[in-house]
Amino acid sequence: MLRRTLLLGLGRGPLGRGLGTHRGGSILDRDGKMSEIKKKIRSILPGGDWNPLYDTSYLPPESSDVVIVGGGVLGLSVAYWLKKLEKPRGAIRVLVVERDHTYSRASTVLSVGGIRQQFSVPENVQLSLFSIDFLRNINEYLAVADDPPLDIQFNPSGYLLLASEKGAAIMENNVKVQRQEGAKVCLMSPEQLRNKFPWINTEGVALASYGMEHEGWFDPWCLLQGLRRKVQSMGVLFCRGEVTRFVSSSNLMKTASGEEVNLKRIHEVHVKIDQSLEYQPVECAIVINAAGAWSGQVAELAGIGKGPPGTLQGTKLPVELRKRYVYLWHCPQGPGLETPFVIDPSGTYFRREGLGHNYLGGCSPTEEEEPDPGNLEVDHDFFQDRVWPPLAQRVPAFETLKVRSAWAGYYDYNTFDQNGVPLLLGREGPGAQHHLSLPEQTECSPCSARKKRRSRTPHLSCVSTELPRGSRPPS
Amino acid sequence: MAAPKAVSDRISMSPQIEACSAVSAFRVSVNTQEARSKRQQKASPTKARDGIADTHPLGVGKDRTLQAQRLLSHPPQSLHLVAPVWNGGTRGISGLSRVVAPEGNQKKGRSLLQFLADRFYDVEALRDHLLRKRVSKVHQKNRPFNHINQRYGPYVAGAYFILKQGGAVRFQGREWIRPNQRGHFSLDFLKLQAVPVEAVDASGCAINYQGLDSLLALKELQSLWLQRCPHVDDWCLSRLHPLASSLQELSLAGCPRVSERGLACLHHLWNLRRLDISDLPAVSSPGLTRILVEEMLPSCEVLGADWAQDLKLGPEEQPRDTAGPTPA
Repeated sequence: MLRRTLLLGLGRGPLGRGLGTHRGGSILDRDGKMSEIKKKIRSILPGGDWNPLYDTSYLPPESSDVVIVGGGVLGLSVAYWLKKLEKPRGAIRVLVVERDHTYSRASTVLSVGGIRQQFSVPENVQLSLFSIDFLRNINEYLAVADDPPLDIQFNPSGYLLLASEKGAAIMENNVKVQRQEGAKVCLMSPEQLRNKFPWINTEGVALASYGMEHEGWFDPWCLLQGLRRKVQSMGVLFCRGEVTRFVSSSNLMKTASGEEVNLKRIHEVHVKIDQSLEYQPVECAIVINAAGAWSGQVAELAGIGKGPPGTLQGTKLPVELRKRYVYLWHCPQGPGLETPFVIDPSGTYFRREGLGHNYLGGCSPTEEEEPDPGNLEVDHDFFQDRVWPPLAQRVPAFETLKVRSAWAGYYDYNTFDQNGVPLLLGREGPGAQHHLSLPEQTECSPCSARKKRRSRTPHLSCVSTELPRGSRPPS
Repeated sequence: MAAPKAVSDRISMSPQIEACSAVSAFRVSVNTQEARSKRQQKASPTKARDGIADTHPLGVGKDRTLQAQRLLSHPPQSLHLVAPVWNGGTRGISGLSRVVAPEGNQKKGRSLLQFLADRFYDVEALRDHLLRKRVSKVHQKNRPFNHINQRYGPYVAGAYFILKQGGAVRFQGREWIRPNQRGHFSLDFLKLQAVPVEAVDASGCAINYQGLDSLLALKELQSLWLQRCPHVDDWCLSRLHPLASSLQELSLAGCPRVSERGLACLHHLWNLRRLDISDLPAVSSPGLTRILVEEMLPSCEVLGADWAQDLKLGPEEQPRDTAGPTPA
């Protein structure tokens, strides 16, 4: 103990000199000494960083009201809406734990950034409409004093969904639902499609639905940075670490109907610091799982999925990692400025990128050819075999194209019904667009959505009564 | 008296910044962000709505953790250019945290407000209040005139809206109606309930996304001039598609917020014959954009930036006449 204090005293604390500095101080070191003296004075003044023993600035706080696991657009969105609710400043302490601050594998920044209202489920349409409203008024929502306004580079070019004979009836139904909710979508016959977009080959297309307004694509990185900036200014704490353990306590409780159940409550989160064995236990009241593609793993830490199969406890969270490729190619004779986000009946999609005749696109692989999600390596053969042929068939100009680059990203695939899960985990397909409205809607609705987040063992009955299947574009 | 902000509020000490100080002169510092957020954390005696003051017994500790979190998770970003505080020891601890650019008189006034807002809570609240008032003024200008719409019809309501904003309107078969210098206009057009509006000149008006509601009701509009409108942006352009069957002339010259992404939605206006997209500062490559728009709207005459202006001639090419496109 004494030796440790001595070592620390001789170390680089503000009160001790390191062994490397000379006594007597030469003129050459004057600036260094000046800055050291300034540092000492500043640390003593109120508001400074001063810990006499050692620097703990990288550790999260010892307690926090809400811990959000995952700092992507979903986690930051939850933090934002939580902070908007508090009336006195600093009433809720929110901690966002994100293990990779460069977001190198986060789905948010690797996504193609599209937003559309063309869904088959009315709730999804409503979520999208709210999101587009948020994006349009983003500078009112996310305004930070003295910072320049955000420009998310929104391209209002719309989505064009093509349907074959099989899917035409489903598409018509979907459009009816969308129009009821207020989306501006128009249906086009192959004739009209050829008039509007002469570069399309309408062979095999029976019907097309085109979103006229509120649809397009934007830059999700800008959105992420804007949210981060705003959320930091509202006082949310950030921590670079990984959640490794949940400590919970169980109580025997009686439900309203008199049944005795074991209620498990998480009261502590262990956050392991990056590149170190050190961890900090954080006491908390609420944990929000916003880890995207890794939500299943985080849920397992909480014990969801560990239990006898067939029971509630034994049912895993139906979210898993799926790898998707995105390719960027150049085609000088390709479609022009008016190109919308086109989705082919075969599942291939593409959109314009910039002004230089570059296009982004890809295809969802079938269940059999799902790539191994262990890494983010790109399979270029996939483009040759599965993406290029349908593209070239749909847009003849794409027969001569040159792939410039490609990347892979993870989808947090909901194996249950490919929709958003109320625990705010993520969704296959639409990506970032619903992540803004999901937290808002679930918080403001007076139903049990709020309770879902507070309970430790999520009621899968709530998940199952969630949106019925069918949000994928009709094939 | 305005409540002053403590010296320590404005400066933030961070080992991280000190470490990078030698590297570049124009490195953005997070200190202004830090200082401002720290100020927002502390309860100000003048801000009555923050009922509960910072009740943490070690107020220092809470701010310290906050600041530390932010520093480590938020490396310095290029949001502003800031003069380095440790500038060779000339300024010392109490250096200015923001560069005050000596521009014109108007700018000087604005940066003085900025300077004061950095240092006094009252001035900061005042500045926020002024900004909010400006935004709400634009909203107020763009409110829909539902009572006029119900009584006189959509054409008259749209015309009234434009005239109130300071623009000009032309009904079918009539002359232009303009407000005079003081903003007053005659209400003679109220009897023209069934006459469609043919042309609208909303140049310089504060029309925004909400305000377009009134314009989109004018189904036979043939000519729309939105020159130099400060609030017309890409979102507004995406709303213009209901006018596709009648609109023949559109002018967006000088709109500061319109970019090439919004111009892509003009594709819906298949009847368009004249389009003016000159002087759009937000468009990244004006020459290329003009070519792409011309390709997108083949039967439309596009007035815009000279498409050769961004091109550099090779050494063997002769200088061409760059006054207009070479005939095909």
